[in-house]
Amino acid sequence: MTQTPSTPPQQGLRRRELLIGSAIAMTAATLGIPFGRLTAAEAAAAGAPDLASYTPTFFDAEEMRALSAICDTLIPADEDGPGALATNVPVFIDLQMDTSYGRGEDWYMEGPHDPNAGDAFGYQLPYDLRTLYRKGLAATDAWSRDQHGAGFADLSGEQRVEALNALSKGEVDFAAYGEPMLDGETFFDFLLQNTREGYLADPIYGGNKGMAAWVMIGFPGARASFLEWVTRHNIPYPLGPVDLGGNFAPLPNVKA
Amino acid sequence: MNITNEPVDAVVVGLGWTGAIMAIELAKAGLRVRALERGPDRPNAEFAYPKPADELAYAHRHKIMQSPRQAGFTVRRTRDETAQPMRVLGKFRLGDGVGGSGLHWTAVQIRPTPTDLKLKTFVDEHYAPGALDEELQIQNYPVSWDEIEPHMDFFDRVTGTSGEDGKDPFEGPRTSPYPLPALKDTLNCAMFRGQAEKMGYHPFSNPSAAVSQAYTNPYGQQIAPCNYCGYCSFYACLNYSKASPQTTILDTLNRMPNYDYLTGANVTKVELHPDGKTARGVTYVDNDGNEVFQPADIVILASFSLNNVRLMLNSKIGQQYDPLTGEGTVGRNYAYQLGSGYTMFFKDKEFNPFVAAGPTGVMFNDFGPGNFDSSQLGFVGGAKVHSSQATGNPISMAMMPGSPKWGPGFNKALKDSYGHSMAVKMTISNVSTRGNYLDLDPTYKDPYGMPMLRMTYDYPQNDLRLAEFLNGKVKEIVDALGPDMVVDGTLTTKSRMNYTAGYSSTHNVGGAVMGDDPRTSAVNRYLQSWDVHNVFVPSGSAFPQNFQANPTALIGALSYWCAQAIKDRYLQNPGPLV
Ligand SMILES: Cc1cc2nc3c(=O)[nH]c(=O)nc-3n(C[C@H](O)[C@H](O)[C@H](O)COP(=O)(O)OP(=O)(O)OC[C@H]3O[C@@H](n4cnc5c(N)ncnc54)[C@H](O)[C@@H]3O)c2cc1C
Repeated sequence: MTQTPSTPPQQGLRRRELLIGSAIAMTAATLGIPFGRLTAAEAAAAGAPDLASYTPTFFDAEEMRALSAICDTLIPADEDGPGALATNVPVFIDLQMDTSYGRGEDWYMEGPHDPNAGDAFGYQLPYDLRTLYRKGLAATDAWSRDQHGAGFADLSGEQRVEALNALSKGEVDFAAYGEPMLDGETFFDFLLQNTREGYLADPIYGGNKGMAAWVMIGFPGARASFLEWVTRHNIPYPLGPVDLGGNFAPLPNVKA
Repeated sequence: MNITNEPVDAVVVGLGWTGAIMAIELAKAGLRVRALERGPDRPNAEFAYPKPADELAYAHRHKIMQSPRQAGFTVRRTRDETAQPMRVLGKFRLGDGVGGSGLHWTAVQIRPTPTDLKLKTFVDEHYAPGALDEELQIQNYPVSWDEIEPHMDFFDRVTGTSGEDGKDPFEGPRTSPYPLPALKDTLNCAMFRGQAEKMGYHPFSNPSAAVSQAYTNPYGQQIAPCNYCGYCSFYACLNYSKASPQTTILDTLNRMPNYDYLTGANVTKVELHPDGKTARGVTYVDNDGNEVFQPADIVILASFSLNNVRLMLNSKIGQQYDPLTGEGTVGRNYAYQLGSGYTMFFKDKEFNPFVAAGPTGVMFNDFGPGNFDSSQLGFVGGAKVHSSQATGNPISMAMMPGSPKWGPGFNKALKDSYGHSMAVKMTISNVSTRGNYLDLDPTYKDPYGMPMLRMTYDYPQNDLRLAEFLNGKVKEIVDALGPDMVVDGTLTTKSRMNYTAGYSSTHNVGGAVMGDDPRTSAVNRYLQSWDVHNVFVPSGSAFPQNFQANPTALIGALSYWCAQAIKDRYLQNPGPLV
């Protein structure tokens, strides 16, 4: 068992920054919008890739459709907030697949593996994250076709909720769809965690477009300086978020 | 390729808290010192404002932490289970690279008490024979309060510890007051403090190594007042405020001509002379895969408690502990810490959780051992009870009970939950037992081909009974605060250790404990190996059992104590100090 230590994660980050940075520049230029007339956050949001025309770096078109439908079901848009699709969560997850995290470079992957060791031992599958997604999306679609005669993306809203409920409770037997080791519950846990991450992480990673999820909950993002606020108890913080890209998003009820 | 370096007087393995302390103190004594750090350098420029304000990278992708692939652990609860590798980081999260865990720690700098150091004596004086579980292996720390307190005092001055003088009636005598006043209370602190006082407890601000005012430490390093940025625990400081090896020691150390350090130098083994009584130096593998031998007269293991124990075992320093016979000392008395408590939700309160230093919080020690009578209750130990607001970043936010975890209504659940909760928690001491121990895994190896460390550990019933007793006390505070909803996150006598992804603490101690008897300790009272006298192990691995306080105040002090013994005695007369 010899291998070299994992490559530093910074490399992955730089690549993602480039990807998103160039996407912003391109879209804004193509649209012919002068940056001066938009707030910084609007410019960044307008520059972020449009989910419909986004070309995934890892998933194929079919996988991306299924993943988007799952994200949409996990965090639907409603009167309280924008939801996973409007904030580009599927873009976030696609980009994560091409990082050291997606490739499982930090995880201990040597065998022997005992997937039945029990919950107390945490993750014990022989799959890195991108393999897990590939297998999990295929098995979910196969199961969905078997149950409803249509892939997950083509189910009704109600059927989708039902299907994810069954997955989350470990009621789906992936073994019947060619995956004897992968259990639906584990796959669901990653889907939910990564969707939540994409919704609430800094926009530099491709999701949380326009910092919309931060605006919704009142989180000021990367402001990271509150010396004057620590003794002001029980008063909502008045400023909207800023992100690592240097953009800011005004709160909806505050006129700029 | 095999390479041999020029010899040095002392080689320090690892450049976190203990490594930085040992290196500067030995260099100040005139020794030629070299530190070998496995990870990369981590200069301040990497953490310039606002780069660390990145929850995904630091708290979820573990940007500056030791990865399971690089140096993992295998885990099981009892000897009859087959240990599995901890494949994904979670329960505890060691540091990697210059600064070690000291770069992303929470910086609560609270001391143990004199009773904690002499727990065996306390048990003998207060408990009837047979009143406690037979599996306990409690031992005294082989140093007195008066010997070690001055070193805690100095370490407090190095880190600029900010705290409230005279508010904790249970603290041991101090040489000097806190160097700086305490951090400010956030809303949760004020609420908890008020209620605890009303109920007769003695709350005080968490002593903090994120400083409250501009400060110059004894090494001349300058630390700026904390700006409550909210990115502290799991993050490197973006404001030169949180004490770390970088902010308090390394700038000064790096200017000393008789000191240098190498990064990307993963030490795999301490090399012994043929008689096995002294070390010749250490072997490390560099980033290009070269095996390099670094000769040294003195070897300091400063690679974090668990890694230190593994290096000792892989290097055959001392004898592996056997839980069946009780023989052997390396791996004996591994201990951790238990967390239990409640999260409360208040619809009408704004806690602004993003306004926080890592140590932001209030605690009390009324349930420390000896501070309440537990002699008839069937357990020994205690807890610090606290309400802290260490970080308030949204991906890992607490969700209101009964709210959907996803799907319809999830946006509303996020909005209603975020910023409307506070916690009251207990950090509970952990007795050492016969069955909780460390050894080398027979199956799994790291990328260098060295066996991984195997942890056999479950929560002792002694500690779970203590938790159950305290849950009721803490619930009284919770109820009196009148929350709209409560999430019960308490431990009970049915709880078992698990290694799912949730974080618990990185307060792993023991495994190479200090003592007066070489049959029950791996190092003597000066942190010197009983078996190989030029190997010193100043680290949490020396704790005979764990107390309820965070460990680093004592770990830092033990390092200064060890450095002093080397300077004052060992250099004149190299050999066993006891
Ligand atoms: C998230 C978190 C929060 C914490 N909060 C607190 C707190 O609030 N209060 C408190 O008292 N304590 C806290 N701690 C614990 C504290 O960080 C440790 O007690 C302290 O850092 C231990 O110092 P050390 O020198 O033993 O190890 P470290 O500081 O971890 O340094 C060890 C160094 O050795 C290096 N190393 C390891 N193996 C090798 C090898 N084979 N070759 C070369 N180098 C190697 C590592 O890369 C690392 O740099 C916290 C820890 C964490 C992770």
